[in-house]
Amino acid sequence: MTVPRGEIFGFLGPNGAGKTTSVKLLLGLLRPTSGEAWLLGETIGDLKTRRRIGYLPELFRYQGWLTAREVLALHCELAPLERSTWREEITRALETVGLTDRGDSRVSTFSKGMQQRLGLGAALLGKPELVFLDEPTSALDPVGRHDVREIIRGLSARGTAVFLNSHLLSEVEQVCDRVAVVDHGRVIASGTMDELLSGTAVRVRVSGLDGAARTKLAGFGPLDDEGEHLTFTKLDIERVPELVSTIVAMGGRVYEVAPRHQTLEDRFLQLLHEEEA
Amino acid sequence: MPPVFVFARLTVQEASRRRLLLALLVLTLLVVGFSAWGFHKITTVTRGDGSLLPPTQVTLISSQLLIVVTFMYSGVLALSAAVVAGPLISSEVESGLLLSMLARPVRRSEVVIGKWLGLGVLVALYAAGSAFLELTAVNWATGYLPPHPIELVLYVAAEGLALLSLGLVLSTRLSGITGGVIALVAWLMAWIAGVVGDIGTGLQNSALQNVGTISHLLLPTDGLWRGAVYAMEPDVILATLRAAGTAGRANPFSAVDPPPNAFLAWVVVWFALMLTLSIWSFRTREI
Repeated sequence: MTVPRGEIFGFLGPNGAGKTTSVKLLLGLLRPTSGEAWLLGETIGDLKTRRRIGYLPELFRYQGWLTAREVLALHCELAPLERSTWREEITRALETVGLTDRGDSRVSTFSKGMQQRLGLGAALLGKPELVFLDEPTSALDPVGRHDVREIIRGLSARGTAVFLNSHLLSEVEQVCDRVAVVDHGRVIASGTMDELLSGTAVRVRVSGLDGAARTKLAGFGPLDDEGEHLTFTKLDIERVPELVSTIVAMGGRVYEVAPRHQTLEDRFLQLLHEEEA
Repeated sequence: MPPVFVFARLTVQEASRRRLLLALLVLTLLVVGFSAWGFHKITTVTRGDGSLLPPTQVTLISSQLLIVVTFMYSGVLALSAAVVAGPLISSEVESGLLLSMLARPVRRSEVVIGKWLGLGVLVALYAAGSAFLELTAVNWATGYLPPHPIELVLYVAAEGLALLSLGLVLSTRLSGITGGVIALVAWLMAWIAGVVGDIGTGLQNSALQNVGTISHLLLPTDGLWRGAVYAMEPDVILATLRAAGTAGRANPFSAVDPPPNAFLAWVVVWFALMLTLSIWSFRTREI
């Protein structure tokens, strides 16, 4: 698996799939038991390479007894950046993440969302060539999520590779050039959005189907059963009439049939279904 | 600034911003003021005939009272070092505070050494500052100064550093509360083992004496405390204790001889071992 420079790469998977572990391995925070990986041309764990990398951890926490400016200055010092550039870097980071007016406030007074913004600002210091964002919007409101998407696009536009760890599939779908789906520590699919989302999904509103009848519908491919709504996450449009007649033959009543392009969520569920099978 | 010093500075800055230094300063001033009043009272004690105690007796009483007061200071220092060092690394790992910093070009050894240095500076500052204030107050109240004040500060500071080093090792693997409690219990056990060793000396029982010796090797806090006591003993007390033979050595608040050079050399090795163990333990820990 390769992530080229300037690409926004989405790393998806259910909880416990190994997304955060993979990022920690790549950053040298954990030692691999086997295998190899390279970051920016160097083997993982190389200290010098970390000067060119930004990281927003999933578990973000910063010194509550420091101000936002002081936290960013600390990261400038550890990065390490030229001291003459600190002021400009800090000002830009605060501006980018929308914390300019809170720069001199102690982090202990920040909400979760503001702390996540601060962490994102710290990850952007020094114009890194590669940025790891682990669930970067988990604490943000819709406006914050929109801002983060814009920041990610901006990073890509200036040639920074973004490794985005997320299980917010709609978010990934909106910004990523390419994605990989991981489950139980193994990549089960990867490719561009077009390559992954080539199929059609069909959503059907039904009633009158018991458990046995629903099981028989497995012949139409992966099924996301939400009670009244059944979503066949990968179903050829030509098989829709056959699906409807099968449901009716089993005593079901069909109220709505809505074919649509497969979303990342459809594809994700389909992949996990196939993996389980 | 190299990362080691950045982490050392952060540790000092955190103690300052969290008002730990202010709390210690206020408490120390209170204790100094109270003890100055107490020491002054010794000079006003009258005998049966209504006369004041002679200066030699005031000196003797002051020297022994100062040892007890210093024991309290060393206790505060040991307690503080254990409580602060216990969560020094573990709490930052658990909260995620270290994650973003360790993703920078920073070695884990630099984090450990930096935190040890920062807390070490605080321990040394507290030992020197509180000793200066207390000795000045005692000198003002009674005119008495212990014979070796510099050595006294060094031994008390080293005792605090030993607890800090033990707390740091534990902090790389255990939660803050667990590490702090273990360090504290270890300090008390070392002191008790020292008392057992004293009893062994008094009874000339080598098995009991060995308990004291082994505890001094495992955790040198009690051995260092004895060095501090020796630094405070006036010559006249030393002569009396020596004349008493082995019985004179059987007391945790007295010391007839300074700690042997071999013990002091072991203390240096012990510190190096603790730091090495902390670094190795943290380097191999998954975060």
